[in-house]
Amino acid sequence: MRIPILKLHNCLLVSIQWELDDQTALQFQEDLLHKIHETSANGVVIDLTSIDFIDSFIAKVLGDVINMSNLMGAKVVITGIQPAVAITLIELGIGLDNVLTALDLEKGLEKLQQELGE
Amino acid sequence: MSIQSCVTIINEWDIVAARQLGRNVAKELGFGTVDQARITTAISELARNIYLYAGKGQICIDKLYEDGKAGLRINAADNGPGISDIRQVMEDGFSTSGGLGAGLPGVKRLMDQFEIESSPGNGTQIKATKWLR
Repeated sequence: MRIPILKLHNCLLVSIQWELDDQTALQFQEDLLHKIHETSANGVVIDLTSIDFIDSFIAKVLGDVINMSNLMGAKVVITGIQPAVAITLIELGIGLDNVLTALDLEKGLEKLQQELGE
Repeated sequence: MSIQSCVTIINEWDIVAARQLGRNVAKELGFGTVDQARITTAISELARNIYLYAGKGQICIDKLYEDGKAGLRINAADNGPGISDIRQVMEDGFSTSGGLGAGLPGVKRLMDQFEIESSPGNGTQIKATKWLR
């Protein structure tokens, strides 16, 4: 199954709704970069509200896709990280430093507009 | 007393199966959402290590009942190449696979007890336990 990527004006919206396996995560990485290229989007919001755990592999894929998107000129905001996910990520030793985050989708879109100076 | 269920790890889908098993057992034992996430994450790290480094192995989940306490123990076992320097793999940021190097030291922090036995040629056995508070 592929993760749907929706276009809204100059932004792409992604809501990850089910537990990610390795293949889906890597496919998503590719799909998002192609979609950025296709649509000339300059902002991306990835919402993780439904995700109840992130291991080091998923964290690496997410961190990588954020850096890759930045290389292509698109800023990424991660939203909806649950308390349990924040706790386990820090205990695992993964800080996701320099990643833009917001509490929910609405605040994420606001942050993105600020970052893009619009 | 303990009750055990196991998942054989051969491919990456088995990693998903192992963490689902762990999450279900954690729920049954009455662990809260944060401990469920800790346990699920720990299983995912250990199962991925088996898949990446040993190719094949097993994750078994024990329900423990000791001295009026309930707990969950993850047993990860493989007959892979083993680890020559355990101290090195327990350091944050050490990885031979291009990963984040968060795996084993991370699992130790996520769980209450952690034991590892490994030597070259003898595979790796890890036991990690979380007690219900």
